[in-house]
Amino acid sequence: MTKVPLLDFAHARSGDKGNTANVGLIAYEERDYPLLVEKVTADRVKEHFAGMLEGPVERFALDNLGALNFLLHGALDGGGTVSLMTDAQGKVFSTALLRMEIEVPDEVADRVRGRGRLPAARGGTG
Amino acid sequence: MTETSARPIRIASGQGFWGDDLEAPIRQVEGGPVDYLMLDYLAEVTMSIMQKQRARNPAAGYARDFVPLMERIFPACAERGIRVVTNAGGVNPAECARAVAEAGRRAGVEGRARIGVVTGDDLMERLDDLMDAGHALRNMETGEPLETVRDSVRSANVYLGARPIVQALQGEALVVVTGRSTDTALTYAPMAREFGWAWDGYDQLASGVVAGHINECGAQASGGNCLADWWDIPDLAEVGFPIVEADADGSFVVTRHPGLGGTVSLRTVKEQILYEMGDPSTYITPDVIADFTTIRLAQDGDNRVRVSGIRGRAPTPHLKVSVACSAGYKAVGTLVYAWPDAAAKARAAAAILRKRLDRLGLTFDRVLVELVGWDATHGPLAGEPPPDLPEVQLRIGVRGPDRASVARFTREIAPLVLTGPPSVTGFAGGRPRVQEIVAYWPALIDRTVVEPHLSVEFVEV
Repeated sequence: MTKVPLLDFAHARSGDKGNTANVGLIAYEERDYPLLVEKVTADRVKEHFAGMLEGPVERFALDNLGALNFLLHGALDGGGTVSLMTDAQGKVFSTALLRMEIEVPDEVADRVRGRGRLPAARGGTG
Repeated sequence: MTETSARPIRIASGQGFWGDDLEAPIRQVEGGPVDYLMLDYLAEVTMSIMQKQRARNPAAGYARDFVPLMERIFPACAERGIRVVTNAGGVNPAECARAVAEAGRRAGVEGRARIGVVTGDDLMERLDDLMDAGHALRNMETGEPLETVRDSVRSANVYLGARPIVQALQGEALVVVTGRSTDTALTYAPMAREFGWAWDGYDQLASGVVAGHINECGAQASGGNCLADWWDIPDLAEVGFPIVEADADGSFVVTRHPGLGGTVSLRTVKEQILYEMGDPSTYITPDVIADFTTIRLAQDGDNRVRVSGIRGRAPTPHLKVSVACSAGYKAVGTLVYAWPDAAAKARAAAAILRKRLDRLGLTFDRVLVELVGWDATHGPLAGEPPPDLPEVQLRIGVRGPDRASVARFTREIAPLVLTGPPSVTGFAGGRPRVQEIVAYWPALIDRTVVEPHLSVEFVEV
């Protein structure tokens, strides 16, 4: 087994609703979606964002799109115009989630390695 | 009975927010056939900014960019029958329509265009009556009733659905100007009008809502801000905004004009579908609850994605109200520290500043320290900064109820240049500005006290 960042399995987009950030995590390949469902649980995401959230994490599955939607409650220091954060609207929580590593069989790791990086940057370290 | 359409209609997205690419709507009109142009100008905080503008000038309070835009495209729209649907009216749709009518006359379409104006979303004048009648307007996040912050309310608008827009279109308006309509309604109202959808045709309406969600952020559905293979997305300099090509059954194709930049693919469309998503099975709008877990996507040729299968159900008895409240003050100051040990210097400066704020007896609800170039976006996930970081920007923000305290904070940034750690620069912008915070207060209201007040009026160009 090898640890691989979600970056190599999925792309993502995030946004805000008040003080909650959402992250949509979308599998590049349909065959990898079940792996995301299994490994990227609400609890793991909560743990990943330790120290960054004042509230719970909710997860919703969109099997039809091969995607998971996470709600990160209390992520935005009040959100909108209240927040002092650079990312007051949660625009880049997407790539913050993609830093998370999951353990996968070596052959899966070999298949996806570097997928999420600019081709010129592949093979380098994160 | 208004005549309805059997052929597909093309609804082009032209603006995703107030401040979006000013040339995008021009490209949509000139780049190929379209039937409708939808322009979304409103975000949660925009209404309160417009309210402030109207308080200073009774003729202001709408998205001013919309007027010169219409002056440019009016002749083409009148000639080709392209209808424009927008929430540019902000807190003053009537004045917006008046200014657009003048723009139409300057553009030479006098007597050839009618503007429909939708009002009734603004609750500001009715707020006390509504609260006296028992409408608590509780904050959907905290449960607190609005009376606890009544004196700080700056604006209060209901999110309206598609019905008044459809009524304006049935009245042969070439341009429909609304206040706080939902972003999605700007796209599905034309579908409901053209195909004569029933208001209990929930699957069709839900399909329209998904089309609206894909259109409402402009190029975010056609390659802009797309993470998947962003390096391969062509010519974003002249990105083609999305176009929804809708059929009577509600299914539609997302595409863009040929000859423009950007990409419409399964990946760009999926990213936009997930943007600002809550519970995907329950996407609530004034007209229908859409189930985003029923969406089926299929690539349907180059830059064409077919969207179908969407299910919807009856809406709730409530409408959402967006209230904006004054909620104290904030300011953010920055300084740049250079190699070596840039991050350590920046952190030392922040510690000195905090000690000085304490000695001055200044207290704040929140003080936030970020190192831009290291942890400002990914926080602790970035780990510890290396000593060889070439440079870092120290960014310190404070927030609190007392304006004077925040103002004093803004005078404590520059002194750090000569009284703090070395290798510091980047302070040329002067003292940071004290900003009034306008907080967003989401609430629900019984739709029966709003709907009788909706009105559609017409202005001839």
